[in-house]
Amino acid sequence: MKLSNYKTLVLALLAGSTIYSCKPGKAGSSVDADAAQKVYVAPGKYDEVYAFLSGGFSGQVAAYGIPSGRLLKVIPVFSQNAENGYGYSEETKPMLNTSHGFVPWDDSHHPELSKTNGEDDGRWLFINGNNTPRIARINLATFKTVEILELPNIGGNHASPFCTENTEYVVGNTRFSEPLDNSNGDVPISSYKKNFKGAVSFVKVDKDKGAMNLAFQLIVPPFNYDLAHAGKGPSHDWIFFTCYNTEQANTLLEVNASQRDKDFIMAVNWKKAEELIAAGKGAKITAKYAHNIYNENTHTATSVMETGTQTLDVTKFPGLVYYLPCPKSPHGVDVTPDGEYMAASGKLAAVIPVFSFKKMLAAIDKKQYDGMIDGVLPVLKYEDVLHGEVKKPGLGPLHTEFDGKGYAYTTMFVSSEVVKWKIDNLEIIDRIPSYYSPGHLSIVGGDSKKPFGKYLLSLNKITKDRYLPTGPELAQACQLIDITGNKMKLLLDFPTIGEPHYAQMIPAEKILKNQVKFFKLEDNKNAYVTKSEKDTKVVRTGNRVDVYMTAIRSHLAPDNIEGIKIGDEVYVHVTNLEQDWDVPHGFAIKGASNAELLIMPGETCTLKWVPGLVGIVPFYCTDFCSALHQEMQGYFRVSPAGSNVPIKFSIGENPVTQ
Amino acid sequence: MKPFTRILIVISCMLMASAYVLPLWHILLDAPQYPEGLEMKIWLNGLSGNIEQINGLNHYIGMKFISVNDFKEFKILPYVFGALTLVGLAAAVVKSRKLLWTWFIGLCLFAIIGFSDFYMWEYNYGHRLNPHAAIKVEGMNYQPPLFGYKQLLNFTAGSLPDTGGILVGIGGLLAATALFYKPRLSPNKTK
Repeated sequence: MKLSNYKTLVLALLAGSTIYSCKPGKAGSSVDADAAQKVYVAPGKYDEVYAFLSGGFSGQVAAYGIPSGRLLKVIPVFSQNAENGYGYSEETKPMLNTSHGFVPWDDSHHPELSKTNGEDDGRWLFINGNNTPRIARINLATFKTVEILELPNIGGNHASPFCTENTEYVVGNTRFSEPLDNSNGDVPISSYKKNFKGAVSFVKVDKDKGAMNLAFQLIVPPFNYDLAHAGKGPSHDWIFFTCYNTEQANTLLEVNASQRDKDFIMAVNWKKAEELIAAGKGAKITAKYAHNIYNENTHTATSVMETGTQTLDVTKFPGLVYYLPCPKSPHGVDVTPDGEYMAASGKLAAVIPVFSFKKMLAAIDKKQYDGMIDGVLPVLKYEDVLHGEVKKPGLGPLHTEFDGKGYAYTTMFVSSEVVKWKIDNLEIIDRIPSYYSPGHLSIVGGDSKKPFGKYLLSLNKITKDRYLPTGPELAQACQLIDITGNKMKLLLDFPTIGEPHYAQMIPAEKILKNQVKFFKLEDNKNAYVTKSEKDTKVVRTGNRVDVYMTAIRSHLAPDNIEGIKIGDEVYVHVTNLEQDWDVPHGFAIKGASNAELLIMPGETCTLKWVPGLVGIVPFYCTDFCSALHQEMQGYFRVSPAGSNVPIKFSIGENPVTQ
Repeated sequence: MKPFTRILIVISCMLMASAYVLPLWHILLDAPQYPEGLEMKIWLNGLSGNIEQINGLNHYIGMKFISVNDFKEFKILPYVFGALTLVGLAAAVVKSRKLLWTWFIGLCLFAIIGFSDFYMWEYNYGHRLNPHAAIKVEGMNYQPPLFGYKQLLNFTAGSLPDTGGILVGIGGLLAATALFYKPRLSPNKTK
């Protein structure tokens, strides 16, 4: 072979390898070299941050420690949880009551931390039930769901439960417009434009106790409402909602709701609405919706069916709402920490428009509109209200949060990445891949007035090859990204429960300081509490049998119960007498068709049991409480219907505790 | 009696009086499951701390439940100790060395009887175990130490003076000083 032949070969190989290396690389390289050190939390040490991730279709909320990504607790909210009896015990069943009856599941989307002066205060976490419209409130001292309020007149409570600067209100708005509940809903679906309405719910939150009540609803045009964020600082009085399907299509929305180049951001002056309601301008309408409250002294929930609400028809009150044109089918609308700018994300748009609150007010003053909706609702001119556009950000921009240092971070669903850009000049600074297709993202305090920054979670819809496969159904996941430097760095990814739709993160100390370790027995006001073993008893009232039982290491009292008959409804009220941290007891009955109980120290829980078979039925503690946990058990004797075996209950004498 | 001695006595009595507002002694229990520890504080007139939890754990080994009402001492101690402190003050007021001796001997007896009594209670609690207890370890007793630390199964038990006890102890030392320490006076004054 001649030398020139070698040269040709070498050149060919070089050319080949160049072509090969020109193929866009995969992004393993974005993993920070110090990632292991940055996410390692030594055994026995606490994480720096609590992350509350919605469970999406699981209906729950999960609390994780960040930066380790360790799952700390699944908080049952909208779905029954056999693991601890939530939604099964007599005390908690009312929590899942709705105007449609008992609805023991939902689709939970957006956790929202309560805020004081625009900062996360660590007191409560709100979350929306998307399916059967509800808002739940979780007490972050006990990590228990303590209130669920249903919202009438709406179809899917998606734009919810975003709160105003001091948690004056949490809002709910409908994904599906529909005829109002008190009207005749038996209409042709094609009469959408005529008969369907949107309703924006403003739920007042008690400043001290957190108790919610539906203050009023604004009746708005029948668009689809996606997300919301309230203003802060200068924009305190306003809240912004994204609208899509401004075409008002009622079929094949995929195509029919994607026709217009621009949809809207709906700006609502909530302060003005509040004043109108206070001045008696609201129209009272009938509406049926459940209001469920869990009392932490009685350890018991009650459900009340409300009968009406107040509404304001926005077309009758000028100055209440204005529309900002926004390209195209906007998803998120996010307000900068200083309250000056609103970043909106048109999920089918090629830019991220950023609106200026100041310019919006000026445009309202000028009264030069780009038309009216329904003849009376002003649409402001796009160029009048625009701060600027982030050009070529990526494909499918969805949601934005902020680091408090002048930067914004936006998820790109289609191009599967997070993009960092500068708020003042709208320049793109950096981008990092997501695995895969992120929806929301979360920065610690990233939607508040004072972001803590440091960590960003990219919450992804697709997992594919990220973990060991588990058959066709895979866990969804999120990625932890370090945002302390100019360039974003991938630190960790971890699988989650359900769908991690959205998350809120907060420095741990804000939650730690309020933690309850156990419930005081002396404060237990449950109607069926048994505060001492000598008060245990079994009471028959017709075919209802109430068992007043106690649990303490390591016995249930009484543990021999006779006189139960087929046809009885047995209510076992178990009080955990322990007064120490981390000594729960479980309670389970063989063949019980509902669930087991997990009873915290000082708490009373009730399991309803309808015995089905004659014989001896064991019951026992399901939480490995102590060295003698396996001895913590007892027996029911179930006799045939009509039997004359008398009620009898006992526990052997304990020579040690006498 | 020198003013110096009298001042010492008064300071000593003030330190002793702290026993009415501060715990004298404490028993500490540490176990793998109780990294934060359990403690029982002993006062002049009673007990405080994690007594419920300690009783809850002790029932496994058959130890008698600890109950304040079982201790007649707590009804008497405040008076005896108060009387003793008054004797000390009286010694300072009437400048009586005899009373000072009485006070000092009284304090010594109080300490000896007190610790003996404490030991007897510990012995009884640690040895008189219910034969029906769930956990029985051959040859094991659960008497806590009188002073210092001791391993009892999975628990490390400690027995140490608390703030009140330390102050009373210092008071005792001052009482001894008042009695036995004679400040050397300058030679020209002794002449």
